[in-house]
Amino acid sequence: MTAESEKAPAAVDSRAGVPDWLRRAATLNELWTFVILLALVVFFTIAAPGKFFTTYDITQIAVNAAIYLVLGVGMTFVIITAGIDLSIGSVLVLAAVAAGEYNIHHGGPASGWGTVAFSAVIALAVGTAWGALQGVVVATGKVPPLIVTLGGLGAALGIAELATGGQDPAGAASTHLQNSLGFGKVLGIPWMVILAAVVTAIFGAVLGSTRFGEHTLAIGSNPTAVRRAGIPVGRQLVKVYGLMGLLAGLGAVMWLASYGTTSIAGHSTDNLKVITAVVLGGTSLFGGRGSVLGTVIGVFIPAVLTTGLIVIGVQQYWQDVAVGVVLVVAVYIDQMRRKTRERA
Amino acid sequence: MASAREPLLTAHGVVKRFGHVQALSGADFTAYPGEVVALIGDNGAGKSTLVNVLSGVLSPDAGEVRLDGEPVRFSGPMDAQRHGVETVYQDLSLAPDLDAAANLYLGREILRGGLLGRIGVLDRPAMRREAVRAFAELGVELKDVTAAVTTLSGGQRQSVAVARAVAFAHKVIFMDEPTAALGVVQRARVLETVRRVADRGICVVLISHNMPEVLSVADRVEVLRLGRRVASYTAADTTIEELVGAMTGSLDGPNGGKEAEDGR
Repeated sequence: MTAESEKAPAAVDSRAGVPDWLRRAATLNELWTFVILLALVVFFTIAAPGKFFTTYDITQIAVNAAIYLVLGVGMTFVIITAGIDLSIGSVLVLAAVAAGEYNIHHGGPASGWGTVAFSAVIALAVGTAWGALQGVVVATGKVPPLIVTLGGLGAALGIAELATGGQDPAGAASTHLQNSLGFGKVLGIPWMVILAAVVTAIFGAVLGSTRFGEHTLAIGSNPTAVRRAGIPVGRQLVKVYGLMGLLAGLGAVMWLASYGTTSIAGHSTDNLKVITAVVLGGTSLFGGRGSVLGTVIGVFIPAVLTTGLIVIGVQQYWQDVAVGVVLVVAVYIDQMRRKTRERA
Repeated sequence: MASAREPLLTAHGVVKRFGHVQALSGADFTAYPGEVVALIGDNGAGKSTLVNVLSGVLSPDAGEVRLDGEPVRFSGPMDAQRHGVETVYQDLSLAPDLDAAANLYLGREILRGGLLGRIGVLDRPAMRREAVRAFAELGVELKDVTAAVTTLSGGQRQSVAVARAVAFAHKVIFMDEPTAALGVVQRARVLETVRRVADRGICVVLISHNMPEVLSVADRVEVLRLGRRVASYTAADTTIEELVGAMTGSLDGPNGGKEAEDGR
């Protein structure tokens, strides 16, 4: 910190007096969103003393957020490439249906561990394949990601409905899966939360400190430069959309574990929730910038709002209103910041 | 005096057509190690096409390119880079959200040793250390190699792009209008850098419209008109009027005009 402040007079020409490290911290999107999250927690804790921020609440919030967090990690990579994936809810349903159908035909709720493992592999494979396929189309550069994944949203859901006749099949999840990943805990921490935390930590590190993450950021920043540097842009995009699909598949396993059903009609707004969380977390919709840590905060803001509003006795639907407003403000600020930086 | 040395990069009778348009009709080009050679010409004279052929972006329809006396045919810019030929693009080709060190090593990242490197973990400290060294070598002052390139000034960004080319080029660097977007002070800085790069034995090919700049920094000037080399001058012995005359065709170069007309 001392080294930073010594540099300050030289680095800060116009705004002398503000230490460099403070100015840099203030430009970190994660910091601002974290302040908002912290303010929410403090507010609800004061407004409902002894009722909010109990161990039960925190656990519940974390469990509810776990699947969105896993999806959000994948979406962070996609949005950093200046892309978008609207299909995640449908891909999750398709993967859940594929895994569920296998489970139904191999023992149903009473199926053994072997079936549990194999149906999980099916869910991951279906998700990855679908995501990678969308990535291939995006990589051609002929159809924008918005349209590719909008098409994917319809097609994946359609296939899931064709396979099931539109009804959630009974016996889609094994009780083994539900009792372990679904409701199981280690040292009081639910497996769902542990799994989401591990996935987040791994891919946070991948984004921040590997060549894969660096190329993802660079593609969102300037695809032409990346191409000229000899990096295969198309192949990287296929991997990024494939990763999103893989995590949607993992989301399907987690969903089956917690709810025991495929919920075919229940995932139509997953995409909007997850994109909102990622953007709230400071990842730029225009690509090139973003972090998994920001997404973690972005996922927890709506989650804390919902629980908090219920606890203080306000209709939880205000959560949707509040998140909607904050989202627009967040993108507005991102735009302004981008403009100022480019002028500098 | 230049002809006493062995040329580093030569082109002979390069032809390139785009449909009915003949962008290059038997263009020649010569560059020697350790010199700054300016490539000038009016709009549509074929400068960009020639540079694209020489840097591997385009493959010629006819003609020959020799690097170090060996005939070469680059399969793409990456192939050219493997031969030590780098390009600084007019738009700089940087990723503005990444820091200077990351840009320097974009596509050629340094990985950690052992298992971590095997799974693609970057050695950021090494990349930053090397970046600081590379900038210092060019005499470029960059306060913070960890700051995003978008926060740098135009001149500093230019320096990052140049440093990237210099760090990996051991033969030729093409620079397309490197000072077009810069202010007076920054322009002087970049030209100083260009000079310093050439002093290291690398050949710098400068594409420019700015005649005073060409005369101040280049050792030699090659003039293209209508897809051919029409003249080549030693910068010290020529004037702006002479260069403009050769570009527009209103007067013939002293030796170069003849030489090119021979078609050899």
